[in-house]
Amino acid sequence: MGMTIAEKIIARAAKKDCVHAGEIHTVELDRLLSNDGTTHLTIDMYNKLKNPRIADKDKLVWVVDHNVPCDSPKTAGSQKKMRDFAKANGIKFYEGEGVCHQIMMENHVCPGELIFGADSHTCAYGALGAFGTGVGCTDYLYGMVTGHSWVLVPETLRFNLTGKLNKGVTARDLILTIIGKIGANGANYKAMEFVGDAMKTLTMSDRICICNLCVEAGAKTALMEVDSIALDYLKEHGREPKACFASDPDAVFAATYDIDLSEVVPVVAKPHFVDNIAPVSECEGIEINEAFLGSCNNGRIEDLRLGASIIKGHKVAPCVRFLVVPASASVYRQALDEGLIDTFIEAGAIVMNPNCSVCWGSCQGVIGEGETLISTGTRNFKGRAGHRDSFVYLGSAATVTASAIKGYITSADMI
Amino acid sequence: MGKIFKFSKDVDTDQILASQYLLFPTIDEMKSHAFESLDPDFASKVKPGDYIVADENFGCGSSREQAPSVLKALGVKAVIAKSFARIFYRNSINIGLPVIVCRELHDAVESGQDMELDLTAGTATVNGKSYTCTKLPEYMQKILDQGGLIASLDN
Repeated sequence: MGMTIAEKIIARAAKKDCVHAGEIHTVELDRLLSNDGTTHLTIDMYNKLKNPRIADKDKLVWVVDHNVPCDSPKTAGSQKKMRDFAKANGIKFYEGEGVCHQIMMENHVCPGELIFGADSHTCAYGALGAFGTGVGCTDYLYGMVTGHSWVLVPETLRFNLTGKLNKGVTARDLILTIIGKIGANGANYKAMEFVGDAMKTLTMSDRICICNLCVEAGAKTALMEVDSIALDYLKEHGREPKACFASDPDAVFAATYDIDLSEVVPVVAKPHFVDNIAPVSECEGIEINEAFLGSCNNGRIEDLRLGASIIKGHKVAPCVRFLVVPASASVYRQALDEGLIDTFIEAGAIVMNPNCSVCWGSCQGVIGEGETLISTGTRNFKGRAGHRDSFVYLGSAATVTASAIKGYITSADMI
Repeated sequence: MGKIFKFSKDVDTDQILASQYLLFPTIDEMKSHAFESLDPDFASKVKPGDYIVADENFGCGSSREQAPSVLKALGVKAVIAKSFARIFYRNSINIGLPVIVCRELHDAVESGQDMELDLTAGTATVNGKSYTCTKLPEYMQKILDQGGLIASLDN
């Protein structure tokens, strides 16, 4: 019996010739990411160990990205603890340079790696053929101390992508459509693998967007084959692959779905679940108070270019706040160089420093009681963006920008 | 014997503990905000030894370990659901909070009912009727038995 990409990466990390879904294996971790959402608790647990130690500090990456700049003395204390520990122990540390997953993709992730991240959207790394999975701070601490962990080898759902997205339809619409099809737990405990002729039509930014959101279907990880597009991205960022895997012809999949990209239309996820999907046309006219273009899902240069191309020559609707938040400092600099930031400011947008922003609903731009946000963020759970009685719709960079211009939910072809 | 607090499907970790409390210094300072958006009185009503009984996909969403940690700190003895989201499930086992799959329980019981849970036998008893729970794989049961994953680091 052949192996899937997920099985091959775990076999490599477990130093086994062959592993299969349902088995539990001890694996060596290639990299461990943690951010300010939980690291202060990891440090507290670390300090209580009888024999505190770090297996390999060079595998650790710590990023302050959730509350940047800091918004309260309590948060400042938690972040200081993280900053001081990183400095004292020589841990690679980023602060204010962007959302952790964008930083990881730009600087660290290599094909074939098994990466634990103390953040659920770690599954984004599949865009570079790496097995990234979200863990809590106890798992993180165990990996940090021992260098290894245990994994239950997941079954794989395979998505065979054909055709091409129509003009005005984005990768964000595609992955939201897939999540709507399989449901919020449709891939629970499983890996989602994307293959097919359509892959050559998807940019790295598209691929990161797709893999990043797979946890919203419950997936343990998302994976793609490493092709010339992925290798070019790696080369541009000065890295080499460790191992490039494809599933064997006789690998076993829990299910296979055929998706024709030409049938995908612009969609939104309605409150309060990411699988609550409807075509934008069905939500046309719903008034919004705020629009958010950013996050690890859609804050890359391609998203800012798309938004700027739509808003150029238009203004943000009166009484709407349009937050534009580049996903990393390098995205921000490039957007400045290309004049995109000027375009957004000219239109009346609020351009902010790279960070998680309102996607995680505890820092910049939170919304009040009864307010509605349309967002390229990752989640629309009840209260996710602020008050517990507020409403979040998720959509593409195009839909969010068009809605910011009109003041109500609409698609870019209405501008 | 503990009381049942019943929740519906797809309860996400933002409902269990909202983002604005995650960077509080300690779990003890966070725990009074558990389930604030769904039941603002939950933290004051729940007593040590009580249970959470939920529908499908409990704990979906973010990887915040604060979610199972505040439940454990409030004394919740176990969470019994039709199914769990994987990160919450794994985090719970790692911190020593029993998470138990039982397909029948949620639809058969109501909030406020008394329940007895026999973790060894894998049965939940409500109103004289017993419900069989799915046993954990041996590997995970061992982690739970030793009091969580970190305990093994000090052994």
